[in-house]
Amino acid sequence: MGQVGDMMNKAFWVLAAVTALMFAYAPVAIAGAPYESTMLLVQKIFYFHFSTWMALTAAVVICGTGSAIYLFKGSATADRLAFAAAELTVVFGAFGLVSGSLWARKAWGHWWQWDNRLTMALLLELVFIGYLLVRKYGGPGAEKLSTAMGIFGAATAPFVYKSVDWWRTIHPKTSVMRSLGTTSPEMWRVVWFCTFAFLLLFTLLLVVRVHLEERRAELDRLYLEAEG
Amino acid sequence: MRIIQRGFVIVCSLLLTALPAWAVQTPPPQEGFVPINELPPGEQLPAAPFLIGAYAFFLVLMVGYVWTVARRLNKVEREMKALEQRSSQGSMRR
Amino acid sequence: MFVKTALLVLKKDFTIEAKSGEILYTTLFFAVSCVLIFAMAFVKEGEPVDGAGAGILWIAVFFAGNLALGRTFERERYAETLRALLLAPAPRPAIYVGKLLGIVLLLLLTELVLVPIVAFLFHVALFTRPLFLAALLVLGTIGFASVGTLFAAMLVRTRARDVMLPILLYPITIPVIIAGLLGTSALLQSPVDEPMAILWIALLICFDAVFVTLALWMFEPLMTE
Repeated sequence: MGQVGDMMNKAFWVLAAVTALMFAYAPVAIAGAPYESTMLLVQKIFYFHFSTWMALTAAVVICGTGSAIYLFKGSATADRLAFAAAELTVVFGAFGLVSGSLWARKAWGHWWQWDNRLTMALLLELVFIGYLLVRKYGGPGAEKLSTAMGIFGAATAPFVYKSVDWWRTIHPKTSVMRSLGTTSPEMWRVVWFCTFAFLLLFTLLLVVRVHLEERRAELDRLYLEAEG
Repeated sequence: MRIIQRGFVIVCSLLLTALPAWAVQTPPPQEGFVPINELPPGEQLPAAPFLIGAYAFFLVLMVGYVWTVARRLNKVEREMKALEQRSSQGSMRR
Repeated sequence: MFVKTALLVLKKDFTIEAKSGEILYTTLFFAVSCVLIFAMAFVKEGEPVDGAGAGILWIAVFFAGNLALGRTFERERYAETLRALLLAPAPRPAIYVGKLLGIVLLLLLTELVLVPIVAFLFHVALFTRPLFLAALLVLGTIGFASVGTLFAAMLVRTRARDVMLPILLYPITIPVIIAGLLGTSALLQSPVDEPMAILWIALLICFDAVFVTLALWMFEPLMTE
């Protein structure tokens, strides 16, 4: 067990170093990527904007699945994963909304537009803020209550993704991304480099956050032992 | 404790390595897509503050988040140590 | 057994409500007050703002629904009847369905009163396609109430339940209100935009299916200690 723990520790720090290097290189890669013809410089927000929503999708899926597993099987690990993922959803979502807003101000002229994709994304963020509020203020048994938020939030997420395809909105459609491999391979490479870096960062943060929950659970156990 | 220190070292090295890379951004060569021939009209907002603002916000957010996690972890570790001390004192008295 | 239990729960709620009428009358009055407050905000120079009527109708329904949910489960908590219901050898999802039907009926009664009032005050031609409007309102109410009943039931024992219910409920049910609202707006266009209304009705059916299924699936484990 000690050997596995050491290996995991080492793996964590190796991954952390790799992530740091990737993020250090990212601005260079982004600067070298070709300009998009209509939006020029400000479009370069896209690389992190898209990546953060990818990380958010991973977080939402983990939160939803973890919540469901905790609700039906009672697994404490699943609950910790769900909690950590919910917090990361809020963090990455906040960056997604702010970066999108800054980009929109330059590209569309408004900070915010009530089109479907943005509205649904904002709602998703609110759902997971609600998750965190339930955890904090729900009193005893709040873990179970928050699973409802996690599961419903995860169920709403596919609508966020598909909303731009069903209704013509001001936000770019999903087909833009899917055809980027053919329209601009250089952009494609940078996008996936950034996305990979973000997913690595997400994994690292998730591990650290779950570690915090595990220590908290350990502390609770010690308190119970001390009283009993 | 060491975790938090190492975390900060990594974040600081991120910042330091990113800074010179940032300097490369002015003005990058235009390969691939050729921008439209008509220059962007002068009345448009300058793009650089938005771009830099977005990336700066990202850094601030990540550093801030890691800091809050580290703070909470510290608190838990401190409480655990205090609890262990109390229980060992209690067992010694017996 | 399932249907019988659900109908029994519904009958119980109906009997209690029929005697006092407390929740129905207070919800109705609150909904009408909502509409009046919006009337103050959305009237310019004596004329209501264009397109405000549909929005106000739906907002009033959702706010009143939130109140009704809170009051219904407060009543259950006060008399400890929820625990009694859960202890009974009845299928738990049936209890959920019974309570859901009660809330839906209450809200539909409220809407029955609200629609003429909104049409009257805001000069909105809400009766051009009554069947479509009815479909939108029924489906929207079911969507809202399905999530609302689940959340209100699970929050019954929580300390901050009154404020937590709207915080948790609204982000999840706003897609329902958007669908209902845009569908109603489509009905209020000068040549009635029927394809759009049908699209929104279809979407509401999707939402309802997903929400009711999830709620039925989750009700039992959430209510167990």
